[in-house]
Amino acid sequence: MHVPDGFLDAPTSVATGLVAAAAIGVALRGARNELNDRTAPLAGLAAAFIFAAQMLNFPVASGTSGHLLGGALAVVLVGPYTGVLCMSVVLMVQSLLFADGGITALGTNILLMGVVTVLVGWGIFRGLQAALPKKLSMVAPAVAAAALISVPVSALCFVALYAVGGAADIPLGNLAGAMVGVHIFIGIGEAVITLLAVGSIIAVRPDLVYGARRVLAERELELRPGAAMKGATS
Amino acid sequence: MTNTSSRVATKWVVFGGVVVALILAGVVSFYASGSPDGLNKVALDRGFSETEEPHSAADGPFAGYSSKGIDNERLAGGIAGVVGVVVVLALSTGLAFVVRRRHDEESDAPSDANRQSTG
Repeated sequence: MHVPDGFLDAPTSVATGLVAAAAIGVALRGARNELNDRTAPLAGLAAAFIFAAQMLNFPVASGTSGHLLGGALAVVLVGPYTGVLCMSVVLMVQSLLFADGGITALGTNILLMGVVTVLVGWGIFRGLQAALPKKLSMVAPAVAAAALISVPVSALCFVALYAVGGAADIPLGNLAGAMVGVHIFIGIGEAVITLLAVGSIIAVRPDLVYGARRVLAERELELRPGAAMKGATS
Repeated sequence: MTNTSSRVATKWVVFGGVVVALILAGVVSFYASGSPDGLNKVALDRGFSETEEPHSAADGPFAGYSSKGIDNERLAGGIAGVVGVVVVLALSTGLAFVVRRRHDEESDAPSDANRQSTG
């Protein structure tokens, strides 16, 4: 869903650029609490994997393809602040080195694919985590559902931006219908890839998955009441 | 009490994941669908794709995920993919280590600091 130069007018592109810059500023501050010597390499892995997976366009309908966006995957692997940073690095490299996504549209693309998908993915994931049984086996399906929904929501945000500063005068209802329709199918692919990626890491090292730590901590307390008591009194 | 001896080390998880990423970008990407992606297709169908302006980095050595000067399409795309994974990995790992919490700043998380600073 990389927006090229020219789809949105200059004022809108400047505005999205400022919002994206602010979001990165907030993420740089917040990521400090998510990253340490142990988790920092995971941020590199998350960004590298998302870049690679974004190259793999899969067919979704006749003459249409889609690829992973990766916001929900990033947020559950490394946390929301670091997730925004990982997505921003991917989108900057894609635009500057591979001419994928306009340079004046970089702010738009970071906002749509780096911030909206991360926030929506995190919100839905945390909501599902609260509603579902607190089990490790629930983490990957919850992320997959969050991933699925994050894609059409991001597509709708593009429509909202187009309503504000679209270069062509087209009926917005039709645009919204077309964008959501196609991006629900892309979202299904996003869910499958996210499920496989998060499921694989949970299978070997669940403690490395940011979104699984809450479940692991609760499990630890249930399994080791003595340790919990000790932790509470010390 | 932690099963540190039996579990896979973090560096091997990262190494394995990076190998998967390199294979996806370097080899599997050749088989990706060449159809326009969702947004581009909608732009074509709804008649606003002509407002797209040429990319100012379109003459770059890896523009369009293809390495300039290499005729073999599979090789040109594969090299571009590998370069992309390496660049993204280097930038994001570097950024993460710059931003991260240092050991001496972890006084408010004693259990975490203890676990890491042994050795």
